[in-house]
Amino acid sequence: MGLIAEFKRRLFRWQSDGNAPLRLTQRRIFVLPTRSGLLFVAALLAMLTGAINYNLALGHALVFLLAGLALVGMVHAFRNLHGLVIAPGRCLPVFAGDQALFPLQFASDRATPRLALQLQAGADQPAIMTAVAAQNLTDASVPVTTSRRGWLALPRTRLSTTYPLGLFVAWSYLQPEMRCLVYPRPLPSPLPPLQSVPRAGDQHGADGQEDFSGFRARQPADSPRHVAWKASARDGGQRPLLIKQFAGGAQRELQLDWSLTPEAATVDTRIEILAGWVMAAEDEGACYGLRLPGHEIQAASGDAHRHRCLEALALFPS
Amino acid sequence: MSMRPVDALDRGTTPWLFVAALATTLPHFEHQPLWLSALTAVLFAWGGWLWWRDERLPGRWPLALLVAVTCGGVLFEFRTLFGRDAGVAMLVVFMAMKLLELRSRRDASVVVMLGYFLLLTHYFYSQSIPTGLWLLVAMTLVTATLIRLNGGAASTPAATLRYAGLLMLQAVPFMLVLFLLFPRVAGPLWGLPQDAHSGRTGLSDQMAPGNIANLALSGEIAFRARFAEPPPPRDRLYWRGPVLEGFDGKTWRQQTSRSRPPQVEMLSPVVAYESTLEPHQQRWLLALDAPGTLAADLALESTLTATARLPISQRQRFSLTAALDYRFNPDEEPPVLKRNLLLPPTANPRTRALAESWRQEESSPERLVQKALTLFSGDGFTYTLQPPLLGEQPVDDFLFNTQRGFCEHYASAFVVLMRAAGVPARVVTGYQGGETNPVDGFVVVRQSDAHAWAEVWLAGRGWVRVDPTAAVSPIRVESGIAAAMPAGEPLSPLIQVRSDWLRTLQFRWEAINNTWNQYVLGYNPQRQRELLTRLGLKDPDWRDLAAALAVICGLMLLAVTAWALYRRPQLDPAARLWQKALRRLARRQVNCAPWETPLALARRLEEERPALAPAFREVVDAYLEARYGGNPDNLTKLRAAIARLP
Repeated sequence: MGLIAEFKRRLFRWQSDGNAPLRLTQRRIFVLPTRSGLLFVAALLAMLTGAINYNLALGHALVFLLAGLALVGMVHAFRNLHGLVIAPGRCLPVFAGDQALFPLQFASDRATPRLALQLQAGADQPAIMTAVAAQNLTDASVPVTTSRRGWLALPRTRLSTTYPLGLFVAWSYLQPEMRCLVYPRPLPSPLPPLQSVPRAGDQHGADGQEDFSGFRARQPADSPRHVAWKASARDGGQRPLLIKQFAGGAQRELQLDWSLTPEAATVDTRIEILAGWVMAAEDEGACYGLRLPGHEIQAASGDAHRHRCLEALALFPS
Repeated sequence: MSMRPVDALDRGTTPWLFVAALATTLPHFEHQPLWLSALTAVLFAWGGWLWWRDERLPGRWPLALLVAVTCGGVLFEFRTLFGRDAGVAMLVVFMAMKLLELRSRRDASVVVMLGYFLLLTHYFYSQSIPTGLWLLVAMTLVTATLIRLNGGAASTPAATLRYAGLLMLQAVPFMLVLFLLFPRVAGPLWGLPQDAHSGRTGLSDQMAPGNIANLALSGEIAFRARFAEPPPPRDRLYWRGPVLEGFDGKTWRQQTSRSRPPQVEMLSPVVAYESTLEPHQQRWLLALDAPGTLAADLALESTLTATARLPISQRQRFSLTAALDYRFNPDEEPPVLKRNLLLPPTANPRTRALAESWRQEESSPERLVQKALTLFSGDGFTYTLQPPLLGEQPVDDFLFNTQRGFCEHYASAFVVLMRAAGVPARVVTGYQGGETNPVDGFVVVRQSDAHAWAEVWLAGRGWVRVDPTAAVSPIRVESGIAAAMPAGEPLSPLIQVRSDWLRTLQFRWEAINNTWNQYVLGYNPQRQRELLTRLGLKDPDWRDLAAALAVICGLMLLAVTAWALYRRPQLDPAARLWQKALRRLARRQVNCAPWETPLALARRLEEERPALAPAFREVVDAYLEARYGGNPDNLTKLRAAIARLP
C-alpha cells in the first residue's frame, strides 16, 4: 500500500501548491479513456468487422473518421483544462457536520469556453460542476463534509472534465494550501445561571446593544447590521467601514466555564456543550465570557465575540 | 428514482437527441417496409409530444410489449431477426424506442452510440458520393449532440455545431491516413447472410421475348472497361454473357453440360483491358469476344463465356485480354452440334416450313445464313423497343405477322430458322457496344446496351457470330441504341440525352463517379499494395503498415496537441501598434516604465526630449482615440502617426 501510494505520489506529482494562483500545465494534466470511451472502442471494432465483412469502403472511412474523432477528442479534453488559472480564495468557518466550502477562482484567457469542469475533494466527497466562459472568471467552491472541529485543510482535489466527447477524462490534482476553521457542533443544553457581576460599573465600556458610545473600525466578523453607513460614507468613502459601538444593557453577565460542564463527559462533548451555550447566549443578546483551562475570554457580546469564542473552542486541544 | 445531478439529463439535450436520431434513421425510410417506417415515425412523434408536454415517459411494460410486437413484425416481414435488412430494421426501431426512455445521461449516450452505428448501416444500401456527403452531415449532428450532452446548456447550438465541425475537420487527416495505410483484409470474413446483396439488374440465364427490351430501358451502368490502347471500334465490341442453347418454343435457356474446354485460335493481336463490373449476382464476366488467357481464379466455359468462381456481388475489377478475330472450336464435339440442332417438334410450324423450303434450294450453310439475313433486312421488319405481344407460336407470329421486334426477337427467330435448316446455331446474350467517356477514357457499357445475337457453327470456321439485328438496323451496332431508336421510344432519359452541354455534364458526373468507384470504393488490399509500392515501400506486410500508421498518427496527434497548447497573443490591433511605437522610442533610449500611462509618458518626453515630443504626442492622441474612441478609422491615423515618428 505504502509503495503504491508513493508511486501515485510521484506519478501524479502530489505536492502542495501553496496559496499562489496556479496555471495548469501539461505536466500535471492526465488523460485516460472513460467507460463510454471503452464502449466506443468496442463499437468501432464491431463496425470495422462489419465494414470488412461486407467490403464497405465507406464503412472503413466512417470507422477511421470516428477513430480520428476519438483521438482528437482526447486532445480536446486535455485542452479543456490546459492553461486554466486557479486561485485559492478564503473560506468561512463552518460548524462540524456542515459542508465546508473552499472557494476557488478559475480564470481562462481562451476565446472558447471551458465547460463541464468537475471538482471533487476525494472519492467520498460530493462533486460539483462548473464552467468558465471565454476569457472570464468563475468562482466555484469545493464542498467538503466536516465531522471534527479544528482546522480542516482542503484535501487533494480532483479537477476533471470529459468535455467535449465524454470518451476521455482529463484530470489534474489541485492541492492549494487552504484551510477552513471548523467550529464544534453546538450541543443544545440549558444555559448556566446568570452570575451577578461584582463590579458592575466597570462593565459599562463593554459592547452592549442600547446606548451609543462611539465608532470603531469594522472587522470581518462584525454583523453588517452594526455598520454606520452614514459615518462611513463621509470623506467621499475613503474611510474604512465603521461600526457603531454601544454600551450598557448587559448589566449582568454569563460566565461559560469549562468547570460547569459535566465532568463525566468527554472533552469533545464538553466543548460541544460550551459551543451550544455560546450560541444560546448570543441569541439571547447576553454578555458572556468563556473560561477554558488555560484560556479565558472576557465577557462581551456580538458576532466578533461569538466567533472568537467559537474559534477558541474549535482549537481547544482534545 | 433520484439521480445524482451529474447523471440527470437536462431537458435541453432531448431535441438534440431527436435530431441525431432522425438524421441517422431517415434515409432508411426509403427502402424499409412502410409499416416499419410508420411505426418509427409514430414513436418519434410520441416521444416528441411527451417531451413537449413534459410528461412522464412510458414505463417498462409498455416498452417491453412494443419490443415484442416489433420483433414479431420483423420476424414476419423478413422471416428472420438477423441478416442485413432485419438487423437494420431492428436498430432503427430500437433507436426510436430509446427516445421514449431518455431518463439519464447514460440513456442519451446510448442514443449517440446507436446513431454512430446506424451511420454504418446506410452503406449497405448505397456508397455513392451523395450518401457519403449526407452521412458526413449526419455524423456532425450526432457529434454535436454528444458535445451538447457532455457540455450542458452553457453553449449555444451554433457554437456546439461549430465545435463539432472543428472536431470533424481535425479528425479528417487521421481518417485519410488510416484509410490509406490501415492493413486491409479482403472480406468477407464469414458467409454473408442471404440478403447481403439484392436488387441488382442485369442479364439472366434465360431469354424470352421482352426480357432484353426491358433491360434496355435502364440507363444503369453494367460495367466499365479501360483499354490499354484506344478502344476498338464500337461495332466490334461484343461482350459475351451466357450462351443459350435450349429452346422450348418460347424461352431460351442455358444448358449445363460437361464439355471440354474451348479451343480458340487468335487471328488478330490481343488487346488488353481492365473491366470494372457492377454487381449483377451472376458468375459471368461479360468478357470481350474472344477472351484470351484468364487469371487463375477465373474460368472459360465451353461456350467461351468467361466466369468467376463466385457470383459477382460487389463491384469488382478484372484484368482481361481479347482477340477480336478468332476461330472458335472448328472441330466441335458431335453431341454439342446435335444439341444445337434441336427444336421442339410442334412449335412454330410455319418457320420450320420456311426453313425446310430454303434447305431444298441451298445446301451451303453460308448461303442459308445469308438468306435469313436478307429476309430480315427486307422492308417488313422494324427494330423497336415496343413490340406487339406474341401469341402461342411466338416465332411464327413474329416472322409472319408482327415483324416488329427487339434484338432478342431477331436472334431467336434467326436461330430457329438455322436449326430448322440444319445449321447448328445458338443464341448468345451479352452487351454490344459501349460509349467512351471523353473525360476519363473509360468505355461505359449500360444495361441499355444489352443485346442478343446468334452464333452458327460452320465446318472449318467453327462458331461464327451472326448478328441479325445488324441486318435490320445496322446503326444499332455502329452507334448504339439511342441512335437506332426513333424518337418516342421509351428509352431511359440517361441514354437519349442529345443536348451537348447536358451530355458533357453527364460525362463529367459519370467520370467523377467512376473515379470514386475505382479509387475510393475499390480501394482493396491489391490497390493498397500498388500504392505502397509506388511510395517506395517494397512488399510491405501488416507490421510495416502498423508501424507507419503509429508514427504518422503520433505525429498528427502531436500537431493537434501543439495547436491545443498554443496560446494566441490576445492583443488588439491598437495595442499592438502602441507596442510598435514604444519599440521605436526604445531605439532612441526612451523606455516606457510599466506604470506609465501614455499621457504620462508624453508629458515626460516634453520635459526630457522636446525634439521628440510633438510627433509622439500625435501618436498618443491617435492611440487613445483608436483604443477608446471606437472608430475603426482611427487605426489608420495611428499607423500614419507612428510612421511619422523620427
